[in-house]
Amino acid sequence: MNSTVKLAFIILGLLLLASCGSKTANNESKSLTGDIIIDGSSTVYPITEAIAEEFRVSQPGVKVSVGVSGTGGGFKKFGRGEIDINNASRPIKENEIKACEENAITYVQLMVAYDGLAVLVNPQNTWVDHFTVEELKKIWEPDAQGKITKWSQIRASWPDEPFHLYGPGVASGTYDYFTEAIVGKSGASRGDYTASEDDNVLVQGIAGDKNALGFFGHAYYEENQEKLKLVGVDNGNGVVLPTIETVKNGTYAPLSRPVFIYVTKIAAQRAEVSAFVNFYLTNASTLVPDVGYIPLPDEAYQKETTKFNAFVSSK
Amino acid sequence: MKRKTTERIIEGGLAFSGAFTIVVTLGIIWVLFSESVNFFKEVSIVDFLTDTEWTPLFTQKHYGILPLLTGTLLTTLIAIGTAMPVGLIIAIYLSEYAPKNFRSRVKPVMEVLAAIPTVVYGFFALTVVTPFLQSFIPGVETFNALSAGLVMGIMIVPMISSLSEDALFAVPKSLREASYGMGATRFQTSFKVIVPAASSGILVSMILAIGRAIGETMVVAVAAGQQPLFTFDPRQGIETITAYIVQVSLGDVQHGSLEYNTIFAAGITLFIFTFILNHISYWLKKRFHEKYE
Repeated sequence: MNSTVKLAFIILGLLLLASCGSKTANNESKSLTGDIIIDGSSTVYPITEAIAEEFRVSQPGVKVSVGVSGTGGGFKKFGRGEIDINNASRPIKENEIKACEENAITYVQLMVAYDGLAVLVNPQNTWVDHFTVEELKKIWEPDAQGKITKWSQIRASWPDEPFHLYGPGVASGTYDYFTEAIVGKSGASRGDYTASEDDNVLVQGIAGDKNALGFFGHAYYEENQEKLKLVGVDNGNGVVLPTIETVKNGTYAPLSRPVFIYVTKIAAQRAEVSAFVNFYLTNASTLVPDVGYIPLPDEAYQKETTKFNAFVSSK
Repeated sequence: MKRKTTERIIEGGLAFSGAFTIVVTLGIIWVLFSESVNFFKEVSIVDFLTDTEWTPLFTQKHYGILPLLTGTLLTTLIAIGTAMPVGLIIAIYLSEYAPKNFRSRVKPVMEVLAAIPTVVYGFFALTVVTPFLQSFIPGVETFNALSAGLVMGIMIVPMISSLSEDALFAVPKSLREASYGMGATRFQTSFKVIVPAASSGILVSMILAIGRAIGETMVVAVAAGQQPLFTFDPRQGIETITAYIVQVSLGDVQHGSLEYNTIFAAGITLFIFTFILNHISYWLKKRFHEKYE
């Protein structure tokens, strides 16, 4: 970490020096200018922001701003042509496609990474070996509020003790996604659990409480493996633990998903946006794991790059 | 003439400063009332005061302030229960027993405690006090009212000890001498003469400390959890009114929606509580103030 920061500073310093020393010799062909406006999902935000940070170093003339208004909020702006790129943690929906068509906005969908959701308990929890999707639904659905409170209500062989739930708050994309995948309706869950937008709070909560049960992005589990016990999920085809492999090949269902960026045609034809997207797809395989997500195979990134460049040159 | 003008300017400035704080206070009260009116248009005040569940952000919406209120009162009670005896004993020691130069050195050190940012206290509770409590009390959760309350108590000790000590120290010397003259011991003098004589100051320090504990935000937001639970079990995680307000205002709840207005309803509840407390302290001060001349 430290050395990367140092390196970044050195590069910055060199760039500054270069720009001071030889203003005339500054290669105008390579340095781009302009603004790139990005908005959308909070889940995809860390990836795009990490890439934007690197991009700012190599192209200091381009201002990249990355906002967070949720996938849906981002698509609203996207359909009105207010933003260049939308971060999306799900594919575009019918009504959003219609809105784009009405405003004559053409776009391309690019897959950028995989995200897995981890279901976790305390390491001292000896009884939970796995959950089925139905059991998770029984625990988290709105009707469970105040009624389903003990382990024994989930499986008769489990202890007759109350469980304590930890999960992301309603503002989180992870919450939307979990409720959609497990309960069946995005944003529908019980309310009597410890909800925090800060995943570190959830880590601490689960790590210190024997009867804890929670979920959050796989990235945070990776960082805190020794304090938490990962629980596999059975969707009817056997118990699967989230690993890079099972998330990549889609067997860790329904709690894994690909995440996307959407680029409008008008924006993609601007040199700085096209450079940014190419930069994104070339550097994703190294930067995506840094922020805790699972990268696509290299060939997939090449395929997305080809797709993007074909989209830019098409009329 | 010139002097008169300067006088006027200064007087005007003073009046303005005084009026400014009043205007700000009135502004806050106005905002709280007007915004919570929107809330109470949609939620009946009976539900608000009697429902034992508080889940306005979720699918099954309940708007009962009781869990937040009990959370707030529970942590406050624990805090005062810790701080009052400790603070008072420190005050009596410093005022009646400690050598003079010791007192003048220890007092500023005590007040350093009050200068530590509250978020630091919060993490102290979460990472030090909670594991310690878990080591000998069964069933203590990671986020619990007990740890947050105890640490909040430590935090307000300087407030109580400093104010009470001032009150004890202000008791005229003649009373002490009279007491010693009657053959009373130091202990008897301290507890039977000086403490009752300074009782109004001590009570006021307690009320101010309660006000501080009720309004405290960071310690409870960090260490007591964010789950509104209607309970008086200090081992469980709870949510206080202040922690709830923080939670909602940091999230992306839409401004102007009913969910958003819940924070004003919660805020006005808090305001009414501290308002009542301040009046009690004012009344106590007048009622028990003893004059020695």
